[in-house]
Amino acid sequence: MKRATLFFLALIGGLFIYASFDLPPVGDHQSPAAVHVSPRYIESAYEETGTRNMVVAVLADYRSFDTLGEVLVIVIAGLAIVSILSARGPHCPLDDH
Amino acid sequence: MHSGFGGIVLNIAFRFLLPFILVFAVAVLMHGHHSPGGGFQAGALLGLAVILVQLVQGRDAKWVGRREAVTLSCAGALIYLGIGTLSFFWGGNFLDYGVVPVEATAAKARALGILGIEVGVTLAVMGVTIIMFDSLTRERREE
Repeated sequence: MKRATLFFLALIGGLFIYASFDLPPVGDHQSPAAVHVSPRYIESAYEETGTRNMVVAVLADYRSFDTLGEVLVIVIAGLAIVSILSARGPHCPLDDH
Repeated sequence: MHSGFGGIVLNIAFRFLLPFILVFAVAVLMHGHHSPGGGFQAGALLGLAVILVQLVQGRDAKWVGRREAVTLSCAGALIYLGIGTLSFFWGGNFLDYGVVPVEATAAKARALGILGIEVGVTLAVMGVTIIMFDSLTRERREE
């Protein structure tokens, strides 16, 4: 079982490495993302959102679903910290030692 | 951590430091449209201010306690979700602030919506940083 897991991990890793040879080089201004999405943000971010800081416009307007997920993850982590570290009582595993 | 480690020098110095930290945090939040900044950074600064008070003056300085911090962080997430939901009432998609008729143009309404959700992010990050500090330094309560 362990050997089969290792085999499949190596296979998938090899596929990833093989696929990475077809990625555009880092910083390539002719890559599909740079010729399709980025110019739209750079040219029309101020007219569409009234925000000069393009990073904020992308973060909080175009990609606001992503930021919503980040905020929810942070809040859930905080609630988990509170509920774990403030647990008391006879069955609390943190109180054993 | 019941009593802070602040001597008289720290205790006087942080009183001069604290208003500047708070004003800088609000400036980072409100000016995030035009300069580097935004909700996450402003939340970290506000959380830092509260943590600084608790470090210097000890846990007796109940400025923002754990209960208030939980309320703050949840209120921040709810502000974000509420502003996102607001555009449903004018026929827009979720988080599509441009359709809400609060400003003359859609771009200005979007700028206002961005500011609103940044306030939500700020409150959430501030609450969570205070929660982490408060939970980790809390003394074990005796049975």
